Amino acid sequence: MSVELGHFAAILAFALALAQAGLGIFAARRGAGAQAGVSRLAEAAFLLVAVAFASLAAAYIRSDFSVANVAANSHVAKPLLYKIAGTWGNHEGSMLLWCLIAAGFAACAAWFGGSMSPSLRARAIGVQGAVSALSLGYMLFTSNPFARLNPAPGSGADLNPLLQDPALAFHPPFLYLGYVGLSFAYSLALAGMIEGRTDAAWARQMRPWALAAWIFLSIGIGLGAYWAYYELGWGGWWFWDPVENASFMPWLAALALIHSASAAEKRGALAQSTVLLAITGFCLSILGTFLVRSGAITSVHAFALDPERGLVLLGLMAVAAIAGFGLYAWRSGNNDAPPAPFAIVSRESALIVNNLFLGVAAATVLFGTIYPLILEAVNGGQISVGPPYFNATFAPLMSMAFLALPVAPLLAWKRAALAPILQQLSVLAALCLAIGALTLAAFGAPIWTAIGAGLGAWLVLGTLYELLQRGNWRAGPGVFWRRLRARPASAWGMTLAHIGAGVFLLGATIETGMRLEATISLGIGESAAFYGRSVRLEAVEQGSGPNYALERGTVTIEKDQRVLAQLKPERRFYPVAGMPTSEVGIGNRGFSDLYVALGEPNAGADGVRRWTLRVYWNPLIDLVFWGVGLMALGGLVSLTERRLRIGAPAGRRKSAPASAPVAAE
Amino acid sequence: MRARTKRLWALGAGVLVLGGAAVLTATAVQDSAAYFYAPSSPELDIAKTAKRARLGGLVAEGSIQRGEDGRISFAVTDGAASVPVRYQGVTPDLFGEGEGALVEGRFGADGVFEADRIIAKHDETYVPKEVQKALEEAGQWRGPPARESSAP
Repeated sequence: MSVELGHFAAILAFALALAQAGLGIFAARRGAGAQAGVSRLAEAAFLLVAVAFASLAAAYIRSDFSVANVAANSHVAKPLLYKIAGTWGNHEGSMLLWCLIAAGFAACAAWFGGSMSPSLRARAIGVQGAVSALSLGYMLFTSNPFARLNPAPGSGADLNPLLQDPALAFHPPFLYLGYVGLSFAYSLALAGMIEGRTDAAWARQMRPWALAAWIFLSIGIGLGAYWAYYELGWGGWWFWDPVENASFMPWLAALALIHSASAAEKRGALAQSTVLLAITGFCLSILGTFLVRSGAITSVHAFALDPERGLVLLGLMAVAAIAGFGLYAWRSGNNDAPPAPFAIVSRESALIVNNLFLGVAAATVLFGTIYPLILEAVNGGQISVGPPYFNATFAPLMSMAFLALPVAPLLAWKRAALAPILQQLSVLAALCLAIGALTLAAFGAPIWTAIGAGLGAWLVLGTLYELLQRGNWRAGPGVFWRRLRARPASAWGMTLAHIGAGVFLLGATIETGMRLEATISLGIGESAAFYGRSVRLEAVEQGSGPNYALERGTVTIEKDQRVLAQLKPERRFYPVAGMPTSEVGIGNRGFSDLYVALGEPNAGADGVRRWTLRVYWNPLIDLVFWGVGLMALGGLVSLTERRLRIGAPAGRRKSAPASAPVAAE
Repeated sequence: MRARTKRLWALGAGVLVLGGAAVLTATAVQDSAAYFYAPSSPELDIAKTAKRARLGGLVAEGSIQRGEDGRISFAVTDGAASVPVRYQGVTPDLFGEGEGALVEGRFGADGVFEADRIIAKHDETYVPKEVQKALEEAGQWRGPPARESSAP
């Protein structure tokens, strides 16, 4: 399949997406024919973009260097996985992936959106068509991945070696599934406003899509953090870098969105904030793509970039924001749904507090990320805002949110009493204070690490307490078991995700506050002390991989004559790209890691060749990744229930019959 | 409770959180923002008293000296002037003489820049934009380094 065919398919898809947008937005009420037409257009556009994507992927697999994009980013010697990953490991290809996913969400709505009212579905697919058309237009006019080279070079420049890694091969697709998944939440929000119906039935449609986007973002960010941890060799997993914040801000918005949508779905409250969060979330996704793609801010993860194409992305974000917020200003008063009253102390209020904290936290991250850009535009000063800023703003805000978190699920909808709940939780609170104090006293942790550990325990134990409470555990195991079996999947999902947040917090604060690190120089056979352990460099061997040369050290770490771990950190050199990379050696012990990165050798004053080793002890680091995994799993579990209930139009009942279509209009 | 009182409560809570965050943000940004300086900037004296600063340019040829325990010293130059830098740790994979570098830290009492972070490149052809600008101003900019294999 030649890339010209792909190029042609992409142009055709662009035209179809425009038709899909026009028909969907303006003719959604012209009867079943027009509505079905929108769905068919969405399917066709998706198939065409899929053909375009497949043609580019095929060019990568074949190593067809007459395609400029392949020549710039691939090489014959590269393993097959990274040839395929190379398709999206560059600007143009990643934009094609973005288009594929945007069209894919429209097609999914056509295939699985049967529970939406036909006109809402047609409009949502229509708005999604506009998103697809804008993305395809951006790709075709500024970032064409199908361009040919004449004459074709004999070999390629290779994919950036840092990206030749299993976690990073799948990091961009997950991130994009999340970013673009939020585009469908955006489309649903706009469609709901055009319909003038942002009610509970609408929110029920919003939740699974927003949840799916959030799950993908969680997995994508988790993979990225894990990659940074073991590939960069800096010992850390999160650097508050603009590129990382770029994906973190939409994640926060999506998190607020799913909480808001749950209130809108169950109680018909918070519909307005659900709409606003859906719009904000997608705008932050585009902003994130802009930050990554334009190189406007110096990042530790920076790649060579083209600022002008990045600026066009900023324009696209402006279009999405103006369309979304403009429609909100115009139509939000025009909502059929009656307001659902609730008291100040109620689950609804707790969710508002949650959204307030998440929103403000996202705003501080946004400010810290783009402040250098603003300042440079105002007075030309070039500054950077580092991790201390984010630790001083984001951490206290989230701590307050975490403090309130275990209370919220215990509150009843509509009207609740706070005093008895606080009384029930007081024993638990005392226990968590004790855990914090213990971390402080017994392990000599910094004060904020102790606070973080106490809060982490508070989240985990508080969530488990809610589970006990819901199961009415005092009534005996029989009742408890029955109650838990009847507990809906979405509630289980919430429990898992909240426990995940606590597990993550425990790992993150303890790892950050109590990590041990040392930089040592060792010749072969030499050893050095590392906080009561001894580190010995046994050997360094030369070798080669499929497309790189390597130097592999054997490092033994012992404590009291007992071997704790034998690690094999590597330094690799990729001759085609002319770049070295490092592969750290990690020895897992419980949830903690011994971690060694191999540096460059140099001859010391005595003429002995010594290698610089960076050695880390990362306590409870695995909890960080387990926590993210649990959060994503919680989302998935919650989603399974949605699939069962997706056909229930207004059903409060859990056993509502599946696939009963909503009466049209 | 009347709807009006409720709105006031909600408004009050919102203002409280937003205001608190604004105060936090303002103080934190003052404490942690690092200005960028080129080795020949006239404002370098200000940088010497700053809590944090960034310094960028090219790593001067022949200036890298590796010592014990990963200590390394080198000079950052923009052609017109150069500043000595100290650092301890594993240097990023793409760090070397004649390469662009961006270091973050503060000046020591002896006038040597004590870097605690070297901004790593993830890409052979990437040059931090501050460095590029500083080199352009000093007339030392020769365009981004081309990848070896992109030559026909």
